[in-house]
Amino acid sequence: MKFLDLIWANLKRKKLRTGLTLLSIAVAFVLFGFLSATKQALVGGVSLSGANRLVVRHKVSLIQLLPASYKERMERLPGVSAATHQTWFGGRFQREPKAFFMQCPVEPEGFLDMHPEMILAPEQKKAWLQTRTGAIVGRMTAERFHWKIGDKVPIFTPIWRKADDSQNWEFDLVGIYDGKEKNTDTMSLFFRYDYFDEARRGGKGQVGWYTIRVKDPAQAAEIAKQVDSEFENSDAETKAEPEAAFIQGWAKQIGNIALITASILGAVFFTILLVTGNTMSQAVRERTGELGVLKAIGFTNRQVLSLVMAESCVLALIGGALGLGIACVLVPAVGKVLSNMLPMFFFPVRDLLIGAAICFLLGLATGIFPALAAMRLRVADALRRM
Amino acid sequence: MNAEVNHALVNVDGVEKVFHRGSEDIHVLKDLHLKVAAGEFLALMGPSGSGKSTLLNLIGGLDRPTRGSVSISGERVDQLSEHRLAAWRARHIGFVFQLYNLLPVLTAERNVELPLLLTHLSRAQRKKHVETALVVVGLTHRAKHYPRTLSGGEQQRVGIARGIVTDPTLLLCDEPTGDLDRKSGDEILDLLQALNREHKKTIIMVTHDPHASARASRTVYLDKGQLSDQPVK
Repeated sequence: MKFLDLIWANLKRKKLRTGLTLLSIAVAFVLFGFLSATKQALVGGVSLSGANRLVVRHKVSLIQLLPASYKERMERLPGVSAATHQTWFGGRFQREPKAFFMQCPVEPEGFLDMHPEMILAPEQKKAWLQTRTGAIVGRMTAERFHWKIGDKVPIFTPIWRKADDSQNWEFDLVGIYDGKEKNTDTMSLFFRYDYFDEARRGGKGQVGWYTIRVKDPAQAAEIAKQVDSEFENSDAETKAEPEAAFIQGWAKQIGNIALITASILGAVFFTILLVTGNTMSQAVRERTGELGVLKAIGFTNRQVLSLVMAESCVLALIGGALGLGIACVLVPAVGKVLSNMLPMFFFPVRDLLIGAAICFLLGLATGIFPALAAMRLRVADALRRM
Repeated sequence: MNAEVNHALVNVDGVEKVFHRGSEDIHVLKDLHLKVAAGEFLALMGPSGSGKSTLLNLIGGLDRPTRGSVSISGERVDQLSEHRLAAWRARHIGFVFQLYNLLPVLTAERNVELPLLLTHLSRAQRKKHVETALVVVGLTHRAKHYPRTLSGGEQQRVGIARGIVTDPTLLLCDEPTGDLDRKSGDEILDLLQALNREHKKTIIMVTHDPHASARASRTVYLDKGQLSDQPVK
């Protein structure tokens, strides 16, 4: 602590240069915050996926439907404890047709049992089971459209026609669910499959995809193979995969998000490494004589090395803290604006901690070479350069 | 040489220093012997390039002889490891430089405090030592000033305060008045003389200036790498 004054005084030596370096570090960490939030928004569902859940879809594509009768056959397979299904409804809220959110017909009990991360009040669950036209919706969408329990929700879908050829469907809102985790999806609307199947004109007895729960997550890959071989050579062959892979597959329609963000951040931090490294090297070169004085009055080589390293770390930590702090303020604000499109746009605590670790590593990496140069200075030579 | 030299604080014995410049060997000091008694104020004179600063660096443990030995208070300085040598310098040597060599980013009192950062003294104790050193050099009123706002003479006083703040065994001054006008130079010499006489500091001062060397209790002359008691003709 007693050297802190000295470290701080050295950082203040060239205020403009230090300020610009701090600014460039801060900007890099703001970008880090935004890219982390973007990655979270696009692939965040992967981390939420259950390790014990498999998703089974049509082998050709997700658009192709599967028979509803597969459910019982799947549940009979050894190692499978439950199966439930969903179907893509592809609708729009009539009053705000541009606002996207997912809707799916499901079997209420089996679906809620399969997804314990969705929290629904018992009385609302009961109401759903008692109301054929009932639907539940996530808190985020309910707040977005100012829906409350008891409302009638009109949804238009270009995919599914009712028996009377209408594409307008109406549901009774009986429940609003919350997420157990911060990044649980609370945007979707779920309604009853029995009502949907009875009311639709075509595609009866067909579903979009299945979610099955396996008894032993370690056996998931083996069970996926069993499911696929069960329906091999049928009219609707299946492709079973872990839920994480399924969600990743969705996200990969945009691109390899993790690779893209890692590449951008890699380029940014490499540049920052050069900028800060150059600042530190210049700072040390400029005061060779002063370092010689410190050594002359008794500072050891190791102490001189530590001083330069500490200076570099303080620079990186201040810049990083500034950037991460700004990101912590700005990301939620931007997330609010983007909540319709990217509901899970937030800066995860895990990434914040990674950011803090990167700050420290940046300090070490940028300080090490100037610090070694300072450590190796011969006192008599350094004093001649004063 | 006076009798006290027999119990020398500084003992430079048969020292040679050779610098290598390309394929050329430059013999700066040749079989040099010097003893300095405790409490002595020694002036070391000689023309430019005669090796005065090199000798001062060897005594201060900033450099090592090519041959021979340097002992301070009986301790072979030339045989200490880099790490131990640094600790030894912190404990035993105070340096005063021609160009003051103050850290421009620190105030006068912070500059004086620097050597104390290497001790186990508390902040309050360090503050007290710094005040004492600034009183000795008569600069308490300028304690909060940065070097750029001080005159050359005042900066050198700060340099001296930094040199004595740890109460070192030996004060080594490399042309302390070389960058000062006559009046400021005289004030610095008065101060060094007072440190020697009143505080019993052992001082070795390198100088070009006969006026400065006249203040010392003894003067030795260095020329072509060898010492003599008489000025070089």
